[in-house]
Amino acid sequence: MSYSKELIDHYENPRNVGSMEDSDSTVGSGLVGAPACGDVMKLQIKVSAEGIIEDAKFKTFGCGSAIASSSLVTEWVKGKTIEEAGEIKNTDIAEELALPPVKIHCSILAEDAIKAAIQDYKGKVADADKKQDAAE
Amino acid sequence: MTAKDWTQNNPLYLDYQATTPTDPRVVEAMAPYWNEKFGNPHSRNHHFGWEAEDGVEIARAQVADIIGASPKEVIFTSGATESNNLAIKGVAKFYGDQRNHIITCVTEHKCVLESCRALQQDGFDVTYLHVQENGLIDLDVLKAAMTEKTLLVSIMAVNNEIGVIQPLKEIGEICRANKTFFHTDAAQAVGKIPLDVDEMKIDMMSISGHKIYGPMGIGAMYIRRKPRVRLVPLIHGGGQERNMRSGTLPTPLVVGLGKACELAQKEMAAEAERLHGYSQKMYEGLKERIPEIFLNGDEESRIPGNLNISFAYVEGEGLMMGIKDLAVSSGSACTSASLEPSYVLRALGVEEELAHTSLRLGLGRFTTEDDIDYAIERISKEVNRLRELSPLWDMAQAGIDIKSIKWAEH
Repeated sequence: MSYSKELIDHYENPRNVGSMEDSDSTVGSGLVGAPACGDVMKLQIKVSAEGIIEDAKFKTFGCGSAIASSSLVTEWVKGKTIEEAGEIKNTDIAEELALPPVKIHCSILAEDAIKAAIQDYKGKVADADKKQDAAE
Repeated sequence: MTAKDWTQNNPLYLDYQATTPTDPRVVEAMAPYWNEKFGNPHSRNHHFGWEAEDGVEIARAQVADIIGASPKEVIFTSGATESNNLAIKGVAKFYGDQRNHIITCVTEHKCVLESCRALQQDGFDVTYLHVQENGLIDLDVLKAAMTEKTLLVSIMAVNNEIGVIQPLKEIGEICRANKTFFHTDAAQAVGKIPLDVDEMKIDMMSISGHKIYGPMGIGAMYIRRKPRVRLVPLIHGGGQERNMRSGTLPTPLVVGLGKACELAQKEMAAEAERLHGYSQKMYEGLKERIPEIFLNGDEESRIPGNLNISFAYVEGEGLMMGIKDLAVSSGSACTSASLEPSYVLRALGVEEELAHTSLRLGLGRFTTEDDIDYAIERISKEVNRLRELSPLWDMAQAGIDIKSIKWAEH
């Protein structure tokens, strides 16, 4: 089994590795997968007041395909609106990295991670709105 | 190309439990049997047959010698998988109407487990013994599992994944006292540890060529004559190998296996001592550079050429991709498209998340001290890099118990 140039590049030089402060109300965090299954992805997005993803960070426990898939999506989501980011499909990730069939689950996990991060961010916004309503 | 160029241009081989390179002295011994002494060893009527037969019989004696057997008790097969199938199914078919219970162990090689499964389909009772945390069977549990119906106990000598050595002599005694046959899969043990079929009361033993610097495609089986073990053959035909395994013997391969046994017997003590030093150095060197690593399997009762280590918080397959210049094997079976970690590690009670972080490092005859130094540097650098990428490592550093998190298993 040989991996694509793109995949190896993301594995060897992963982009946007790191963490952002979870308590920041402009940061949405997604944590998907399970250690017992051999894959865990943490993906975080920082969203501007206009709903644009300004920054993204990840950390991944998993095989090379899982690391590359999460690195790739951090690049893709930056500059997108959260709606656009939510439309990223696992098939696009799998195609870009030329994932072998046994590794498709890595791209599905990466898609889940974006969705989870967006969900978390939206939850924070809704909570903040509620609090503001209550204060008024 | 010289051996040196070869090692410079290829990944460093650290997978000696998967297979071993054929020793050049073995290749040399085999050479004349391809096209000079090419006769059929079963041809009784001319020179060509006789000289091939001589080669086969010398090899048979060499195989017998390394396990303390008589040459008359050794037959050749295609490998340890066939020997294991023949021992288990052959004995079961011969004696099945008298005794129908077989005992084996959950960490056996698949060919033993699958042979037992096949017999269950035919109505045999099979007990799969659990192992202790160190990978060894508990002798009291074995004793308790024995009944007057127990025909066969099949327990491997050395485990292929974690390298632990089972207490063969004690198992042999328990079996003999119950008039139960004792078969051992010794594919990973021959030439690595001293074996004596009489002292260990072994009735059948499986041997592999390519695990002991001999060729692939050849193996042997020891079958005790006193008290005699009888079996129904798997392969019927011209009645070669005392009717137990028909088919023309591949003389060059047989000669190679014999030579490999001869060399192993001569060099075993020195080789074991050297490899013991190397594996100690490797384990200590890794422990020094990487916190939180765990050796799987008993620390004492193990062959010197195997280290199976869990590198917590770093997934094994991801790690292997980073150390492409080292040929090692992942403890986890992810590469086979399954998300299941190794059944052997799971049987030891290694938790799934740790089982996914394991590598098997296999050292052998051609491993050098430089190789060890290089491997320590490469592995520690990559583990530490991947830990920086690992959310689980972050959590551990922050004091979060990863078991306290509700994970969505997928």
